[in-house]
Amino acid sequence: MNFGHFFRSTVGIATLAALLVALPFVAAMGGQAWVRILDFAILYVFLALGLNIVVGLAGLLDLGYIAFYAVGAYTWALLASPHFGLHWPIWAILPIGAGLACLAGVVLGSPTLKLRGDYLAIVTLGFGEIVRIFLNNLNAPFNITNGPQGITLIDPVSFGAFQFSGTTQILGFAVSGPQKYYFLLVALAILVVIINLRLQNSRIGRAWQAIREDEIAAKAIGINTRNLKLLAFAMGASFGGVAGGIFSAMQGFVSPESFSLIESIMILAMVVLGGMGHIPGVILGAVLLTVLPEVLRYGVGPLQMALFGKMLADPESLRMLVFGLALVLVMRFKPAGLWPSPERQRELQETGK
Amino acid sequence: MDIFLQQIVNGLVQGSIYALVALGYTMVYGIMGLINFAHGEVVMIGTLVTITVAGTLIKAGMPVAVAGLAGMMAAVLVCMALGWALERVAYRPLRNAPRLTPLITAIGMSIVLQNLAMMVWGRNYLTFPSFLPNMDFELAGAHFTAIQVIIVLVSAATMGALLLLVYRTKLGMAMRATAQNPAVASLMGVNINRVIAAAFVIGSALGAVAGVMVGAYYEIAHYQMGFMLGLKAFTAAVLGGIGNLAGAMLGGILLGIIEALGAGYIGDLTGGFLGSHYQDIFAFVVLIVVLMFKPSGLFGEKSGDRA
Amino acid sequence: MSANLPKPLLEAKAVAKHFGGVKALRDVSLSIRHGEIYGLIGPNGAGKTTFFNCMTGLYIPDGGGFSFDGTPLVANASDQAAARGIARTFQNIRLFGNMTALENVMVGRHVRTKAGVLGAIFQNAATRAEEAAIRQKAIDLLHYVRIEERADDLARNLSYGDQRRLEIARALATDPKLLCLDEPAAGMNATETEQLRELIDGIRRDGTTILLIEHDVKLVMGLCDRVAVLDYGALVIEDVPAVVQKDQRVIEAYLGA
Repeated sequence: MNFGHFFRSTVGIATLAALLVALPFVAAMGGQAWVRILDFAILYVFLALGLNIVVGLAGLLDLGYIAFYAVGAYTWALLASPHFGLHWPIWAILPIGAGLACLAGVVLGSPTLKLRGDYLAIVTLGFGEIVRIFLNNLNAPFNITNGPQGITLIDPVSFGAFQFSGTTQILGFAVSGPQKYYFLLVALAILVVIINLRLQNSRIGRAWQAIREDEIAAKAIGINTRNLKLLAFAMGASFGGVAGGIFSAMQGFVSPESFSLIESIMILAMVVLGGMGHIPGVILGAVLLTVLPEVLRYGVGPLQMALFGKMLADPESLRMLVFGLALVLVMRFKPAGLWPSPERQRELQETGK
Repeated sequence: MDIFLQQIVNGLVQGSIYALVALGYTMVYGIMGLINFAHGEVVMIGTLVTITVAGTLIKAGMPVAVAGLAGMMAAVLVCMALGWALERVAYRPLRNAPRLTPLITAIGMSIVLQNLAMMVWGRNYLTFPSFLPNMDFELAGAHFTAIQVIIVLVSAATMGALLLLVYRTKLGMAMRATAQNPAVASLMGVNINRVIAAAFVIGSALGAVAGVMVGAYYEIAHYQMGFMLGLKAFTAAVLGGIGNLAGAMLGGILLGIIEALGAGYIGDLTGGFLGSHYQDIFAFVVLIVVLMFKPSGLFGEKSGDRA
Repeated sequence: MSANLPKPLLEAKAVAKHFGGVKALRDVSLSIRHGEIYGLIGPNGAGKTTFFNCMTGLYIPDGGGFSFDGTPLVANASDQAAARGIARTFQNIRLFGNMTALENVMVGRHVRTKAGVLGAIFQNAATRAEEAAIRQKAIDLLHYVRIEERADDLARNLSYGDQRRLEIARALATDPKLLCLDEPAAGMNATETEQLRELIDGIRRDGTTILLIEHDVKLVMGLCDRVAVLDYGALVIEDVPAVVQKDQRVIEAYLGA
């Protein structure tokens, strides 16, 4: 059984495309809430693949990735909402958001990228917290971010007169807002998959992998490790910025709460749990970690009722408990992730002997 | 000028707590290179166990001081068991796994412990029984309470005991040897499993003591309190040079003082632009600046690039 | 020695390096000429690898410096050393273990190629042509060191001798003018050493100057055009093997007299 070959064949691609198109309509049978969950799953696929460039390819442990997402989200929120009375178009905001996130990546990366792995982790983590604290407090003396209340009434994505919010009739079908976002997000996700794939097998991608494997040897063959690490960092950050912008538009509301450390950790968990550096694995990880908590949210309460006839434990904490246990168990029994690249799998089996 | 002295006192107290928690991170990291993200939750559980045990005993009519000590003993024992179990169940099977695997496990355990605590103790703030009369001392314009004095003294004593253990006992020698080179240490007959388990158990005991003191200091506790505390303490450990015991202690105290001074003066420094609610960023700003100039922390050994 | 000496490719001028109180290199001056195999030998701890690391930018010398091909060598950037044309292997092999043998050599072409992120994403004609050239060159180099049948194996799974060869192929991929080999024969048996000797000789015949650090005195004396001996961080002698072999100071250094 080889998924890789299947997905590369014409029949495979056609099946996959049909599935992707049908999915939001199937999900809608369970209510638009499920379509929204689907949207988030794809958004996280996008984010996780952005982080995969940094962590999976270049081997840089970034625990503050959410900061770049926040930069993108607030850029959109400030430039397209009544907060400042600005309503700029998408083709202006999205590049600005990506650019600012990229700049933030370079500003953080240039002084810190010489640090060893775990030190880099804590510095990026600290950076993420700094960004969040600023978002929380930059409402005085000048009200920039509106503090903990966040920014509301953010413009949805629109191309000319075509709005992504509200229901539209397309070819006789009623397509809801979340369904439209779904297709936008799938398009973006496909784009980032292609970028990931092409980078992986390129001169730059190989240099990143070399740095990940052995930095000194990489330098010795003439790789400018500093610049390349910075490049990985900046690219990952830009993807975060784009995702943030879409998030802002889709939600219509942002507040600092959405950008806490746990979010950074979540995205990292998607990358590692799925299979670091292996694109299908990362996608699987992102989808699973977005959908699983939601399934638990809807499933845990009724299940308790059915089993015990009463609520024994608060469903919210039970759901997170199961989620935490799932992380631990997957790492215990699949240390390289649920769907690691074939090479990594082989490597682990060999060291396991 | 008295605000300066006052903030030094406050910083020293908070810093002693950071130092105790930081030791737990640094011992585990020094020996096995793992960031034990769940350590903050161990501290939190220490606080909550104390509340339950001491609260019950006080209700049963036991003298407050005795109940407090009993609560602390219970917390230390529970946390030691928890630390041991964490290592045995979650981390030991992953000794040879890829580098990021145990990190995700640690995050998973952190989520598990937090939510277990929420199920047991609920999602509301709990009040910590006050063990000590509200005494207030004054020295050169700085005020301090009995609990502040006790926190600094207990931390100092605990850290002294740890240093004795690490530098004067056979177990301590085994721990230092394992930190240097696990393979060689095990060839020399050191039982690596025992050493690692010991690092977890001792670190958790220190965490429990810290947890009791946080509770006694702020008189309030919550199932989410471990997270930020753990983060700060880990920052302190890195600041001092992770893996280095003295570094964790000094890093903790330094961080506490910097935070206190920062919170006291940030308004003046920025002309009122930034207020004291920016307190939490000091830890991270200082960390980033220090690591830019000293990539292995203030007291860390230089990690030489070997060719 | 002939009258018209070839001009030196690499010159070390009074290079000094100390670690704390230990003087690892004491004003070492030597010169390597175009096209020769130059041996650097000495007892353990004599400073051979330190010299190497200073030259390739891994350490910053405390005194003196290098000039390469007529211009000074920047002291602290190993990636620039490679760009200038100095390639090296490591005493304790440093391959990119989780990349295939072929990828290891391909990444060696990094410094001689230039496709960037945009090229990779848009796959324009120039990028595709460059990628094909990188692959072909890497395949050729694997043939050259005779491990072509291991091309798709992970580097970490190669045998010890093949790993040594792969490391040499990776270094050659940077088109070096000077190839520095740090104890390439360490841990090899007689047959493997003989094959290595042939390989090194072949590389020189194909026009690359070689600096060889080696413990195996027999290999060095049989292969090198000139040999320098380090002892306690100082240069003892620099001459043709026949002279070096008979030098009383060298014999003493090795016998520890």
